[in-house]
Amino acid sequence: MGLPGNRRKKRLAKGRTYAGACATLLAGTMAMTGCGPADGGVETLTWYINPDAGGQAAIAAKCTEEAGGAYRIETSLLPTDAAAQREQLARRLAAGDDSMDIMSIDPPFIPELAEPGFLAPVPDDVAQATTENTLDGALAGATWKDELVTVPFWANTQILWYRKSVAEAAGLDMSQPVTWDQLMEAATEQEKLLGVQGSPAESMTVWINALIESAGGQILENPEAPADELQLGLTSEAGVEAARIIGTIGDEGLGGPGLPTSTENTSLTLFQGNEGSFMVNYPFVWPATLSGVEAGTLEQSVIDDIGWALYPQVYEGEDTAPPLGGINLGVGANSQNPELAYEAIECIVQPENQTEYFITNGNPPSNSEAYEDPAIEEQFPMAETIRDSLELAAPRPQTPFYNEISTGLQQEWSPPNEVDPDVTPEESQEFITAVLRGEKLL
Amino acid sequence: MSSSTINKPDTGNKRSDKSAKKMHSDRVKAERRLGWYLAGPAFIVMLLVTLYPILQAVFESLFAFRLTAPDEREFIWFANYITILSDEVWWRDLLVTLLITVVTVAVELVLGFALALVMSKALKSLRGILRTAILVPYGIITVVSAYAWFYAFDINSGYVNAWFDWVPGIDSDLNWFAQTGTSLFVIMASEIWKTTPFISLLLLAGLAQVPDELTEAAKVDGATWWEQMRKVVIPNMKAAIMVAVLFRALDAFRIFDNVFIMTNGENNTEVLSLLAYRTSISRLEIGLGSAVSVLLFICVILISFAAIKIFKVDLAGTRGEK
Repeated sequence: MGLPGNRRKKRLAKGRTYAGACATLLAGTMAMTGCGPADGGVETLTWYINPDAGGQAAIAAKCTEEAGGAYRIETSLLPTDAAAQREQLARRLAAGDDSMDIMSIDPPFIPELAEPGFLAPVPDDVAQATTENTLDGALAGATWKDELVTVPFWANTQILWYRKSVAEAAGLDMSQPVTWDQLMEAATEQEKLLGVQGSPAESMTVWINALIESAGGQILENPEAPADELQLGLTSEAGVEAARIIGTIGDEGLGGPGLPTSTENTSLTLFQGNEGSFMVNYPFVWPATLSGVEAGTLEQSVIDDIGWALYPQVYEGEDTAPPLGGINLGVGANSQNPELAYEAIECIVQPENQTEYFITNGNPPSNSEAYEDPAIEEQFPMAETIRDSLELAAPRPQTPFYNEISTGLQQEWSPPNEVDPDVTPEESQEFITAVLRGEKLL
Repeated sequence: MSSSTINKPDTGNKRSDKSAKKMHSDRVKAERRLGWYLAGPAFIVMLLVTLYPILQAVFESLFAFRLTAPDEREFIWFANYITILSDEVWWRDLLVTLLITVVTVAVELVLGFALALVMSKALKSLRGILRTAILVPYGIITVVSAYAWFYAFDINSGYVNAWFDWVPGIDSDLNWFAQTGTSLFVIMASEIWKTTPFISLLLLAGLAQVPDELTEAAKVDGATWWEQMRKVVIPNMKAAIMVAVLFRALDAFRIFDNVFIMTNGENNTEVLSLLAYRTSISRLEIGLGSAVSVLLFICVILISFAAIKIFKVDLAGTRGEK
């Protein structure tokens, strides 16, 4: 039994509408995923970027223009949180996503992606051209098993920010290195608060690592070993000293009541307030405070009272090892255009782009040459301190099992007021070791 | 003899019963068939999108498999289950999940019943506005409501400490998300605020099923309001109450968003869904994470089974078939 003529026509028309809609949808999806050459044969490279103030998108546009039609860089935004960025990259890479042409990767997560061969090897000529003047810390974060697996883009570090009035009242000579004990003493005496990050997040691992490295120890003794053979250094003298500092700050309320949930942003708010004294934090502090003054939410006197120095020492006279962060660029092993992607990376990491990125977005260059531009000194009067800090900075444990170690530390070393140098290092060492051996849940 | 005379009408009754039953079963059969025609396609799609992942999770749970170490995949039978069940983290998380489930469902039931009463007794002119107002929290996405509650209680941006500093124990220095008790309080309060409207709607449907004659008769017999509730209204809406409790208990047991956003499981506030998420998604331990998911699934089945078999929740009862 056939359908009556009119109804059949209607149904056919309806079918055509659906088919049309599906085709449009499919085309839209293909355009969004950037598959295949678009724009009349120009290859499209997808750059997975971490959120910033638009700097990476600007560089992508600039390099697309400079490429003269050889390629076009499209940016795709990753989540805000560093851990969530890692999750997305790892899942896509494991699934063999071929759109992973260029990725902005946080250095601690690089070994996890390099070990299973998720990253395309860096060609020798690119490696040489992009690391000529790279700062030591940044270079260390870009390698795995003595091989360059990503290209350093920008490097971040924490410095010590202080209120000149508090330092002066404490009689501290800030042109010389200061120790954590001196800062704690000054804050106690003047009933001020220290700006540190006690929230059980990545910032907590950053703090613990900087303290242990500054005390001459290491969280991980043999980073390249398999999971069940990893040796932790938390119970070393350095680990115990780190626990003493964190425990004292927590126990004596030197971080304020918000310490167990404080992050980089909340400690900045604390530092800008009346109880602010000393704070360890990233360079974003400066543009954030300047814009606060411009917007009228902060007094000019606050910015006049702010000074900066190298990250505090644990032991007097022993070099500090400030935290190291930043972003490196990697290419997915399944990328359809690895050569073009590396060509684009060479363009992205040019010193002048790094300079521009620092000025516009506040993210410091990994290339020492990029600091020579006088515009940097004008915008960031503390650029010299940042550069020195990057020379001294120590990366976090470089292992494919970084996530387990970091999460384990965050769980065991928080809240700070419960950190006990006699108990916490040992307990956390046992716990993380058991997790790495697959004997415990995290 | 007499017995036969007595029996006669009996046999007749049985016959008529039989034919009535036959007719009834024909009607039921036709109804069931229609039911399958209507729900069948959705049921098949549901099976495809749920059964496949469930079976895959069961399969993966028998392996030691990390997403970033695909070459080291190894079949280990039930070792993942042994690791999980012998770990205190699993039992702690189960306890936290059960605590949240029991407390939130109990409070929601009382509040929801009160709201249902208000909605059913409200003046006709007010009913529409009232129902809309009560339903607003339920219409808000859980992630959004979780952030709203988080920022309200947060020590840096929140206003709760300032508004309620007259309450003993609350002052400007109280960091709600730094301790287990206070963190769980905010998580549960947010959950209750968000889902009480759902339970009140189900109970309102149950209230509507209680015939007015019954309450009026009780009133005539001199029953107080409380007696009417206890002896007439609540027993008559038992089916609706049990369905509401079952639905909400299953929902509450799978709580994720509020905990994820407010504490991310810190201060011993981790729940089972978050443990499954962190193991599979954050640690990329697909084997271990699948085993946690399978155990969570078994817990949910056990709750449903207990509700239906032990507490005799009758899902058909709410349709008025009994």
